[in-house]
Amino acid sequence: MRYLPHTDESRKDMLNAIGAKHIDELYTHVPSETLMSEPLSSLPSHMGEMQVESHIKALAEKNTPTSKLPSFLGGGCYHHHIPASVDHLIQRGEFLTTYTPYQPEVSQGTLTYVYEFQNYIARLTGMDIANASMYDGATAVTEAALMAKRLTKRSNVIVYPCVHPDYIDVLKSYSTHSNGTVELGTEPDENTACVIIQSPNYYGLVFDLKELREKCDAVGAKLVVAVTEIVSLGLLPAPEVADIVAGEAQSIGVPMSYGGPHLGFFACKKQYMRQMPGRLCGKTVDADGKEGFVLTLNTREQHIRRDKATSNICTNQGLCALAFSIHLSLLGETGFKTLAQLNHTQACKLADALESIDGVTLKTESFFNEVTASFPISTELLKDELSKHSIIGGIPVGKTLHSMVFCATELTTDEDIAKLKAAIETILSEHSTNGGLSHAV
Amino acid sequence: MDIPSHLKYTAEHEWLEIEGNTVTIGITDFAQSSLGDVVFVELPEDGAEVSKGDHFAVVESVKAASEVYTPISGKVVEVNTELADAPDMVNSNPFGDAWFVKIEMSDAEELEDTLDADAYTAYVEGIQ
Repeated sequence: MRYLPHTDESRKDMLNAIGAKHIDELYTHVPSETLMSEPLSSLPSHMGEMQVESHIKALAEKNTPTSKLPSFLGGGCYHHHIPASVDHLIQRGEFLTTYTPYQPEVSQGTLTYVYEFQNYIARLTGMDIANASMYDGATAVTEAALMAKRLTKRSNVIVYPCVHPDYIDVLKSYSTHSNGTVELGTEPDENTACVIIQSPNYYGLVFDLKELREKCDAVGAKLVVAVTEIVSLGLLPAPEVADIVAGEAQSIGVPMSYGGPHLGFFACKKQYMRQMPGRLCGKTVDADGKEGFVLTLNTREQHIRRDKATSNICTNQGLCALAFSIHLSLLGETGFKTLAQLNHTQACKLADALESIDGVTLKTESFFNEVTASFPISTELLKDELSKHSIIGGIPVGKTLHSMVFCATELTTDEDIAKLKAAIETILSEHSTNGGLSHAV
Repeated sequence: MDIPSHLKYTAEHEWLEIEGNTVTIGITDFAQSSLGDVVFVELPEDGAEVSKGDHFAVVESVKAASEVYTPISGKVVEVNTELADAPDMVNSNPFGDAWFVKIEMSDAEELEDTLDADAYTAYVEGIQ
């Protein structure tokens, strides 16, 4: 394709045609503080292809991938093994399609795996139905809150503080310009649309949801369960007491990729189908009785309901949903449970190792693959010191609490855990002898 | 095109049947045939207060979602719950079983803005 830039003359003609004197007049509705103030000429000059490749490679090498060092990062983005077959299969021509899967006659490959993805998510979550259109866990959980508000015609949302902090931020952002409140951890009442809880929560703790279900039922509020680590559903009971289960499915088939793209999921009870965001893919037969797949229940989306759309989620995370579906189908039910068991086994070893270190206290009693431990030194300092030992530590939480969330997956080896323990012991010893110890919680 | 002579109509293609101070509202034959196969009707709650011009219901067909407006103010005193299980009645019998709501009027003078069957017939012929 030839690159044909506009000439000054053609720009002038276009502006004249719409009665504008300068291109800036087209952006008067955009807040001035969000417009770029520096001229584009401040960009570096062009480079040749080989120079660009070399430059980008040098930039990429500044990153330390989790595949190179022992990593204990979790917190909503997980390092799991992805079989080579997943990458191979998602690139097959049968799955390539036109931009939008709205035309069933040309997109049966896409519609088939969307249908499969929905079924997988519904079965894993214990819900009746699931869609396949969510960007990530944070927006999926927020859509769940919006749906609960539509269902109950109530405006207030209660979110437990142990829900992923990024999810709470996104929920609050969405709520900024809508009616109602977002409160942290209060008791539900007759104005509560829903209560949002995460299990396992941000600190790794697994919740028993029955008591909260009863509290919600007592006041007619919906129960939304967020799941950031979908592998946990291989070992823990499906949260079927919930009205809506939403969260993140990145763990299966999708790499961490520096935080995205991720794969949100959304599942609910059948009676809420009409208020569900996005659309569903259904199986049907054509005039000749041949099986086929179609998108259905589109009427909440903006291409049909315009400004009254109940969801602005339209893009299907297609490639990620495909990777998930292929990976899960390769694992099968038994393989998925085995994977979950492997994760938990390594997390138990990790917990034991942390607890055996003098001065370290384990804060998580019941967990899946993440645990929180508190330390007698700042965990920001601990994180930096661990990196000097070539270890990617956990996520520091609550700077004054000296706590860190650690994650173990099937990729965490016994040697990794032993290396972490030895490094922490050394670091604590050094900071104890040089007077660097601060108060413990 | 069926346009019963005893009903009143609006330019938004609702029909009204007036009995005393209560008005029954549905959508016209022209509206249902324009929408195509109706798959869902979202209705207000019994007891809801509505004002003239409010949208009080949504009709979903296979490829469209259309709002239904009330030409009169008042209180919803009855809702046709059978439409939830059989929305296709809107297509098969728009003036009979497929009524949407009954509204107790708060201001009967608002009816002056509605059309009679002849005026609605002319209006529909004009936009076809």
